[in-house]
Amino acid sequence: MKKSFLLSAAVALVYSQIGTIQAATDKEVEVVHWWTSGGEATALKVLKDDMQKRGFGWKDSPIAGGGGDQARTVLRARVASGRPPEAMQMLGFNIQDYAEEGLLGNLDSIASKEGWDKVVPAPLSRFSKYNGHWVAAPVNIHRTNWIWANKEIFDKLKLTPPKTFDELVAVADKIRKAGYIPLAHGGQAWQEATIFDSAVLSAGGPKFYKQALIDLDPKALGSKTMEKAFAQMQKLRGMMDPNFSGRDWNVATSMVINGKAAMQIMGDWAKGEFLKAGKKPNVDFLCFQYPQTEGSFTFNSDQFAMFKVGDDQAAGQMQLASAIMDKGFQEKFNIAKGSIPARMDVSGDNFDACGKKSMADLKVALKNGSLLGSFAHGHAMPESVKSAVYDVVTKSFNNLQVTPAQSVQQLVKVVEDSK
Amino acid sequence: MMTIASSPRQTRAASFADWLEVRLPKLVLAPSVLITLVFVYGFIAWTSILSFTRSKTIPKMEWAGVLQYAKVLGHERWHVAVHNLMIFGVLYVLICMVLGLLIAILLDQRIRHEGTLRAIFLYPMALSFIVTGTAWKWILNPGLGLEKLAHDWGWSSFHFDWIINEQMAIYTIVIAGVWQASGFVMAMFLAGLRGIDQDVIKAASMDGASLPLIYWRIIIPQLKPVFVSALVILTHLAIKSYELVVALTGAGPGYATELPSTFMYAHTFTRNQLGMGAASAVMMLLTVAAIMVPYLYSEVRGPRTSSH
Repeated sequence: MKKSFLLSAAVALVYSQIGTIQAATDKEVEVVHWWTSGGEATALKVLKDDMQKRGFGWKDSPIAGGGGDQARTVLRARVASGRPPEAMQMLGFNIQDYAEEGLLGNLDSIASKEGWDKVVPAPLSRFSKYNGHWVAAPVNIHRTNWIWANKEIFDKLKLTPPKTFDELVAVADKIRKAGYIPLAHGGQAWQEATIFDSAVLSAGGPKFYKQALIDLDPKALGSKTMEKAFAQMQKLRGMMDPNFSGRDWNVATSMVINGKAAMQIMGDWAKGEFLKAGKKPNVDFLCFQYPQTEGSFTFNSDQFAMFKVGDDQAAGQMQLASAIMDKGFQEKFNIAKGSIPARMDVSGDNFDACGKKSMADLKVALKNGSLLGSFAHGHAMPESVKSAVYDVVTKSFNNLQVTPAQSVQQLVKVVEDSK
Repeated sequence: MMTIASSPRQTRAASFADWLEVRLPKLVLAPSVLITLVFVYGFIAWTSILSFTRSKTIPKMEWAGVLQYAKVLGHERWHVAVHNLMIFGVLYVLICMVLGLLIAILLDQRIRHEGTLRAIFLYPMALSFIVTGTAWKWILNPGLGLEKLAHDWGWSSFHFDWIINEQMAIYTIVIAGVWQASGFVMAMFLAGLRGIDQDVIKAASMDGASLPLIYWRIIIPQLKPVFVSALVILTHLAIKSYELVVALTGAGPGYATELPSTFMYAHTFTRNQLGMGAASAVMMLLTVAAIMVPYLYSEVRGPRTSSH
């Protein structure tokens, strides 16, 4: 008797479970992303809660792994098997690649209703749109031409943020003599490319950067100015410790946090590491622009690309897009993530000093035409060209026998070949 | 009555048993044959087709001829990869064989605790390449491992920075690879050594042959089949090795330790160049086939030629 009761209870339980699962799938959106570290996960929880308030379940598909390589591998398999998720975290030209294959949906209706065109800067929405139609919702803007510095070391040696590259060299010398590592770096191709963003901008200014890395003009790519950028890279290498090969970026950041190294050239996701370690901007650490890039802004932006889905799922997808573009969400999310909002109309009052500076600089850069997509993070040139240039940059950086002139020659050749 | 009634049933049962006996092996093997057909040969065919298309982000059936092959062969990274594979392949196979044979001969001297020692030498093979790669990454890092240890002990002139040196990094992969596989080769040779007729050796030593001479002229020549097996296993391990590089150097510094396998993965999955990735995979397959096919052929033909 007792047994049969237990059995029927179990069966009832299973049925009720199935019931809830089915109910959930009707009103659920699946989001593939690679935000798994502490700060990132907290930031994303804001979006999850928002969606729940709007009455939609959140099916989380996190795929761990820094730059999202693993996530993209999974996405490819899902797309090939004909069941893409509603939304996927994506960067720059990758969105365009998927849109070109005709896999992304159309967000125009909600975009025009909420006036996205008015609040998202054009250099950014260039990546969220394909042939003039919105296909993705931008979440944030990261800046890559930052230097993060340990304030204690700077104070002790009476240093000020360098304004020119020569000053940077002089500052590095003093730091080296005092027994610290001047520049922390991790030897991975994308980190070297991140430095290259700044070196090109510093050597040639925003116009040159655009000609060379965005318009891929062979004349600019093969110029003496480009040689200077490669020469800067090799000088920067001299400021590092010899054991940087293969080091992760956050390990390099922790060298600055712990006072082993004085500076790191890295995007503002590095700020998250400082904050997590309980450090405060302008008290424990400094944030300033790479010398001679003041006023310019190399950005990358995380976006959620929306895939073409059936009508039953479209409602949830639109709600997700609307939730992402919500002002309140963009503020809360970006404070937690360390970036700044993709909308220009969010107030900066609640951001920290570095965030405020970033937001102010963004407005100036947009006016002056110096808001530029980051080459290192896939916002300057198509993926296939980018990876070819990566090879040249990382080769030049790791093999000092390759002269800047040779690198420039190589650069012109690979860009031509992979166009 | 009983016997008459039961006899047809018996024969029917017997015929079913016969039927089962004939077909059972085939039935049992059928799923794995099917799986192999689809997932090995089917996908080989699929990859080969892709390598002749313009596929970039996702498969696209647009004929491109040998364009992708030309692109791969003209790629600087592919040249580095092939050059590295030569260095790695030759050294890895050679050192593993020599070291494996040497340890096997030493272990074969009827020493004490042979079982324990054998387990110690074989153990690295039980580890995954990721573990080996990560452990060696730390050991070889000048700021963490051997070099720092030597410096801390006061030997400050000690210098060992291959892993961060563009020219030498590929040799660190040889070190880690040899550490992993030489124990396994040792086990193969040891089995071969145990199979050799002791009487021949005794006869030779009575004739006054020295021990090195016995090994060189009598024992090692008899190990020829083991050499061939070891060569085939090690060569294909070398060509497809991937995890070791990923964990040890991440194909760096720069791309100094790129191998064809890491090239293939990067282009297929992270660089949106599916066609190029497929073309490089086909080239790797052909290389492996060039080694495996003659070997398999000789294996299949072997017994027949020796029978007459």
